Amino acid sequence: MMAIAKTPLDIQRIRSDFPILGTRVRGRPLVYLDNAATTQKPTVVIERLVEYYTHENANIHRGVHALSERATSAFEGARDTVRRFLNAASPHEIIFTRGATESINLVASSLGRQLLRPGDEVLITAMEHHSNIVPWQLICEATGARLRVAPINDQGEVIWERFEEMLGPATRIVSVVHVSNSLGTVNPVRRMVQAGHSAGAVVLVDGAQAVSHMPVDVRDLGCDFYVFSGHKVFGPTGIGVLYGKEALLDAMPPYQGGGDMIRSVTFEKTLFNALPYKFEAGTPHIAGAIGLAAAIDYVEAIGRDNIAQYERDLLEYATHLLEEIPEVQIIGKAAHKAAVLSFIIDGVHPHDVGTILDDEGIAIRTGHHCTQPVMDRYGIPATARASFALYNTREEVDALAAGVRKVIEVFRR
Amino acid sequence: MTGLRELYQETILDHYKRPRNFRQMPDANRQVEGYNPLCGDRVTVYLKLENGVIQDVSFVGQGCAISTASASLMTEALKGKTEAEAEELFRRFHNLVAGGAGVESEEGDLGKLAVFAGVREFPARVKCASLAWHTLHAALKGDLRKVSTE
Repeated sequence: MMAIAKTPLDIQRIRSDFPILGTRVRGRPLVYLDNAATTQKPTVVIERLVEYYTHENANIHRGVHALSERATSAFEGARDTVRRFLNAASPHEIIFTRGATESINLVASSLGRQLLRPGDEVLITAMEHHSNIVPWQLICEATGARLRVAPINDQGEVIWERFEEMLGPATRIVSVVHVSNSLGTVNPVRRMVQAGHSAGAVVLVDGAQAVSHMPVDVRDLGCDFYVFSGHKVFGPTGIGVLYGKEALLDAMPPYQGGGDMIRSVTFEKTLFNALPYKFEAGTPHIAGAIGLAAAIDYVEAIGRDNIAQYERDLLEYATHLLEEIPEVQIIGKAAHKAAVLSFIIDGVHPHDVGTILDDEGIAIRTGHHCTQPVMDRYGIPATARASFALYNTREEVDALAAGVRKVIEVFRR
Repeated sequence: MTGLRELYQETILDHYKRPRNFRQMPDANRQVEGYNPLCGDRVTVYLKLENGVIQDVSFVGQGCAISTASASLMTEALKGKTEAEAEELFRRFHNLVAGGAGVESEEGDLGKLAVFAGVREFPARVKCASLAWHTLHAALKGDLRKVSTE
């Protein structure tokens, strides 16, 4: 472990920030390699939630009393923390949602209904998560628009020429994943945004697998929308973010109606509230937003450049170890990858791989990872997927490789 | 580890690598497809039922060791059984793999199927072991729609 001289991260100290990492599973130390599904929470996040519910809990934006002011100030402070995290221009551009899925649904439903006409096109890629496929299918069905899918090559990269070819005057919306959850591919989103804009389309980037692994600057990317989930960046579940350019959000109709999103209500006419409240109907997940801000502060203190560098080494090491095993085939070999290692073992179903690794205390994900079209593309039912976070170590990667060798041994009998 | 050895014992690995009755059956009079959306396992069970007796049974599909071996051993156990006997076997098999620690299992009567007793310790794998059986159950009932474990 101490051999990682290259990294500026003090991994043992980082590990001690995450109490769950001390857990033992089936008598062995937990090796948690399912970070693309959800990340573990540092003590600062857990304690922030306790602090909020112990000393600040009240509803926001309405009370004149002290607690409500405290809660409102913490909640709006969290919004500004997210704004800085993404380098958005204004806190009005940060909408709190339940997660990346709800953020995409919000845009598909609100903007889609406003923008899409029969014959219009929405362009996605073949590596999208179901959450960036199904909302578009639903709105295309409702509006008569057509969903188009840019194909990927054997390495798991979008075929650039085909992507460009599919962009045309009919393309109204482009929605692409920043980092693929099943292949690990990092898409050239900046270039994709430029190409989409040249075609006159609005571009959404799904950053669920990106924000915990690399710096993200929405103004540099130039995207119109960017979405992510709190629980994948060491924050609580049930809280997520939609970033949108103010002019677009301003012009879009509300997604849900209710309290907080209105300026005045009569039975004849309702005036909607200003951004961001227009899109935050009902009492939000106040504690979640505040916990997410604590998680972001934690990540920013370590530095996403440092995290990216450390994880790049880890992924390289893991790829090297698994490639040494002849029965293993890695799925997703893009030139630019992040933190995800999908693989299959010759003659062994991924589900069996998962069970045998679990017996060693190693948590990975097996299945289609909510990307069934990706599995179809490779003609496989499922993969085993190890996904890394900043607290994973080379020793854990060694344990993974040893576990994989054990799987092969069990099945060789 | 003992649990794992019991789960992946020789009989199960053998039936996974060389599944028995793994073929389509053009003259089957019952055919049902089972699907586990959680892991993508698929199995199609074919039955030739004559006068309430299973004359022939086969399957095709793709799945993990547990689900493939379970389908294979199921087909071996069913040939020549009446519908009522097959349903009774399903009930006891289900009890064996999903009964939980407190429930008395009747593996003594299950013959080779008793090798699946180890599945009990792995709740996440119960659906793998029972997919083919649920599909069979639907075929016996004459419910020819796709069966899903979810």
